[in-house]
Amino acid sequence: MAAKTLTIDGKEISAEEGATILQAAEEHGITMPTLCHLDGVYDVGACRLCLVEVAGTPKLLPACTTRVTEGMDVKTDTERLRKYRRMTLELLFAERNHVCAVCVANGHCELQSLAYSQGMDHVRYEYRFPHWEVDNTHPLFGMDPHRCILCTRCVRACWHIEGAGTLNVSGRSAGSHIITDLNQPWGLADSCTRCGKCVMSCPTGALYYKGSTVSEMERDRSKLEFIVTAREKKQWIA
Amino acid sequence: MDRLKVATVWLGGCAGCHMSFLDLDEFLLELADQIELVYSPVVDMKEYPENVDVCLIEGAVCNEDNLELARKIRARTKVLVAFGDCAVTANVPAIRNQLGLDNAESVLQHAYIEHARHNPGIPKAPGIVPELLARVMPVHEAVEVDYFLPGCPPPASRIKTLMLQVLAGETPKLEGADLKFG
Repeated sequence: MAAKTLTIDGKEISAEEGATILQAAEEHGITMPTLCHLDGVYDVGACRLCLVEVAGTPKLLPACTTRVTEGMDVKTDTERLRKYRRMTLELLFAERNHVCAVCVANGHCELQSLAYSQGMDHVRYEYRFPHWEVDNTHPLFGMDPHRCILCTRCVRACWHIEGAGTLNVSGRSAGSHIITDLNQPWGLADSCTRCGKCVMSCPTGALYYKGSTVSEMERDRSKLEFIVTAREKKQWIA
Repeated sequence: MDRLKVATVWLGGCAGCHMSFLDLDEFLLELADQIELVYSPVVDMKEYPENVDVCLIEGAVCNEDNLELARKIRARTKVLVAFGDCAVTANVPAIRNQLGLDNAESVLQHAYIEHARHNPGIPKAPGIVPELLARVMPVHEAVEVDYFLPGCPPPASRIKTLMLQVLAGETPKLEGADLKFG
């Protein structure tokens, strides 16, 4: 495959044709905040945290779904991007009920750690305080939509790593939410194989192992990586 | 130079932030030499004084007394710091907001009637128990806040970092994990 030459943060790099800006950056040790990206499943550009500036276009583009082009000049860390990233994080916090102090994922949450690493000291928007029903009908796992950021990592892991297709997105806009099967209680969702990949993929405390309490919800993300590596590279590396 | 006039206030919170403040241990002695504590749950002062330099507010704005005091503090204080997650995000006290705008009635019903072992009844005598606001707010939604000190509670080391910046006359600035909620 042909190689493309581009510049990221002033550094000249080459990347394979078809690679995304995020892949090209990561290969060269350039990091940027991501939230809906999960290694092993396709990217959807849902969270907007990896937005980058590309010279010649006034729009900010998501690095995870934008393909590299020849001569592209990309900036991943500018005043403008920092402003938008913080705004995005504040909107995520304002949209649902993220009460870190009493959350199972406190201390192991990607939303929480991104917020402080991006300098979010408070949320300037009015909190919406929506009411959602917690689903604890599954024998092993629970789902608390108050903590969901709709990154859809669980949906993609369910469909494309496990191949079960239990999880889905229903509704639009602020009413969007994750459902199981045909919007049935999770415990009645026949297609669920109880594999737990959705729980492993969740960045917040929205999906959890039943019985875990405040700060106890740690995940073993390497299990997902193991399966994906085995599938893509035919290497069973534990 | 006059010592810095500092106040700490406890609105709708669990006092955990003040407990963490007391965890400053020997730094409290250093602090006592450099500040004058003019109003605080640990000081016997009934009325919030005028001309306060710095005030740390713990807790969310939950009832009419909280709101009135927050406004008085703002009018009488140069630098206002939201102290801990309840002040910064409304945190646990705001969970009742999820029950909708008539939540005050239902939480009082739950606490004072359904869970009452003796004399069930919602206290209504004037001037005794302040009216709950329809919606619990973080402090910055009620009055302008200058700086934010998150954490539930903020660890003593984080409070010290901010207090040292304040004492040095610098603009308080917390970064990285010092901004962690929860």
